[in-house]
Amino acid sequence: MDNIAGTKSRLTWAVNISVVFLVLLWVLPTVGLLVSSFRTTEQIRSSGWWAALFPAEINQTLRAADPDDNRTADGAGRYTVEGNLFVAGGHVPDAEQVSATIRSWGTSSRAIDAYRPGETADLGDGETMTVRSNGDYSWSGNGDQISGRGQRVFVTAETPPDLTFDNYRKVLFEPGNREGMTKAFFNTLTVTIPATIIPILFAAFAAYALAWMDFPGRAILVAGVVALLVVPLQLALIPLLKLHNEIGIGKGYLGVWLAHTGFGLPLAIYLLRNYMVGLPREIIENARVDGASDFQIFVRIVLPLSFPALASFAIFQFLWTWNDLLVAMVFLIDSSGQTTVMTRQIVELLGTRGGDWEILATSAFVSIAVPLMLFFTMQRYLVRGLLAGSVK
Amino acid sequence: MNPAVQGLLTIVVGVGGCIGYFYLSNLVLDKVLFPPHGPNAGRNINRANAIRPWVFLAPALFGLGLYLAYPVIETIRLSITDQAAGGAFVGLDNYAQMSGDPKFWEALRNNVLWLLVVPAASTFFGLLAAQLTDRIRWGNFAKSLIFMPMAISFVGAAVIFKLVYDARPLDQEQIGILNAVYLALGGNEPQTWLTIPFWNNFFLMAVLVWIQTGFAMVILSAALRGIPEETVEAAIVDGANPFQVFFRIKVPQITGTIVVVWTTITIVVLKVFDIVFAMTNGQWETQVLANYMYDKLFRANDWGVGSAAAMIIMLMVTPILVWNVYNARKEMR
Repeated sequence: MDNIAGTKSRLTWAVNISVVFLVLLWVLPTVGLLVSSFRTTEQIRSSGWWAALFPAEINQTLRAADPDDNRTADGAGRYTVEGNLFVAGGHVPDAEQVSATIRSWGTSSRAIDAYRPGETADLGDGETMTVRSNGDYSWSGNGDQISGRGQRVFVTAETPPDLTFDNYRKVLFEPGNREGMTKAFFNTLTVTIPATIIPILFAAFAAYALAWMDFPGRAILVAGVVALLVVPLQLALIPLLKLHNEIGIGKGYLGVWLAHTGFGLPLAIYLLRNYMVGLPREIIENARVDGASDFQIFVRIVLPLSFPALASFAIFQFLWTWNDLLVAMVFLIDSSGQTTVMTRQIVELLGTRGGDWEILATSAFVSIAVPLMLFFTMQRYLVRGLLAGSVK
Repeated sequence: MNPAVQGLLTIVVGVGGCIGYFYLSNLVLDKVLFPPHGPNAGRNINRANAIRPWVFLAPALFGLGLYLAYPVIETIRLSITDQAAGGAFVGLDNYAQMSGDPKFWEALRNNVLWLLVVPAASTFFGLLAAQLTDRIRWGNFAKSLIFMPMAISFVGAAVIFKLVYDARPLDQEQIGILNAVYLALGGNEPQTWLTIPFWNNFFLMAVLVWIQTGFAMVILSAALRGIPEETVEAAIVDGANPFQVFFRIKVPQITGTIVVVWTTITIVVLKVFDIVFAMTNGQWETQVLANYMYDKLFRANDWGVGSAAAMIIMLMVTPILVWNVYNARKEMR
């Protein structure tokens, strides 16, 4: 609509490039973590995650197998050792699994790229060495030459991007791993689901009363809900922890469910009331005239019509309880550590495993994955909820 | 009991109890207390209708009262009593003690910095992203990606950005992208960004800006779309260039929305805890009020000073609270 005067395309390129830049700036940090979670400790230590996206060229020093055990004689005084450099170096179990491609090689540290793959190096006095691109070598010479330690070979090899699921196997499926995420994952799930479902019903009835029933004090109650919307939950920590201890709930799931329910109510009531107020008046009045009670109107008409608002709130509450750290630390996690949630587990790992990025990245991604999936599938409701919740 | 079973049971009890409560209380109201027949039918219907709203509201009001309203009062009480002295009234002693703590002033200064920078930066980037993405074909896809951090927890974001800020000694390959870029652009040695006092605050703020920009963008983009096209067309016909159209025509028309976005992010900023807790835990002069309060409550076990710190946060939220309530009431009329 800005282009009606024919000023198109002059700015279009600039805009496109700016957006690409902005999007990259916003996405790259997450991509970095995702890529890191698929790399081995070794890879993470030796290069930045961005290197994992391209084939890496690395210089390695390899050694042929021990000649005294492996040499074969041809009967005419010549001995040969054959095999694969990568296998001999213990990098892969057998030659079939070599993924690196040798670009150049040499037998002296002064000329590490003296030969191409497939060429034969003359090591003097008839001793020769041939190395193929997959690391297969053939080393031959007389009995004195082919003995002692295996011949050193300097190779420059290109390895394709190499990603592994090992970190996830370790973090999720290793039994008895105290730093694993499996337990914390299910604990988080246990916290989240009741804490999402229960406030919805409470709030829906209240929102209906505030939207469609006439009674003295309604305006004050709505104002009260708006006020409670911004009360920092920090204020609630001590008084409620005291209360929970006094009535015998203590620290545990029940406490955290109640707390999340209480903290989620203002937004739920506010969102649902705003939505219900907007429902067409005629439908509700017709139902009243036909003799439906408020309870029937609510259950049969208002609740089904409010589905989009219910979905919006459910997503918010799910994201909020799933991602929460503070409420869980105060109301749930006791010294036994049996009820730890994922966010807490990650903070713990940040302290004890600060440099082990493969563990950290993988654990963080396990916890991020569920909200991200929800985000991409339910984005429509999320946006709708945001718009209803803040634009006045 | 297995927590999963307990969870399932809670859902059943919670949802069942809730439905049962509403259904039964309605039944009692209509059939037992005030039946709509007999000699007083008319009066009974009116009475039932006067009570019903409160039946519908009761559980929610109880929850709100117990979990949000009561704690405000109780926190005020705790902040002027001394727990060690058996809850004796000590007036403003806790506040005085807090004001003698340099860490408190550091936290307050940092919180003010956060309040100045984060809402402004998020709104700015949000507005920029909204305006730019509205003009291109793959705008919705771009929006999705910028909006995505919204779903990521503060703790997850803390891990993500710790990797971004990671520093290795000069002779090793850098694995943090910021240091890699810094060195590529001619920096002499890798920086440990999170330990440079004062400036490290901005590296923490970047995390929240990264998360909140998507929110600002979504709201502002909707507002921009709501601008009547005639005003824009008229400006273009009058020869306004795109920048003038944006700053002189569009922005003034969405000021209200910008204020809403700004205040909403301000509230998030005031409560910011997880990011600081996970990334620096207030070391290297990055303390903020919420983390200071947590420190006092659960590490120093000083409930008086902790509550006083909570009250400071409440005090900073109050103007927004009043403004919101004022607007809501205006709208109700």
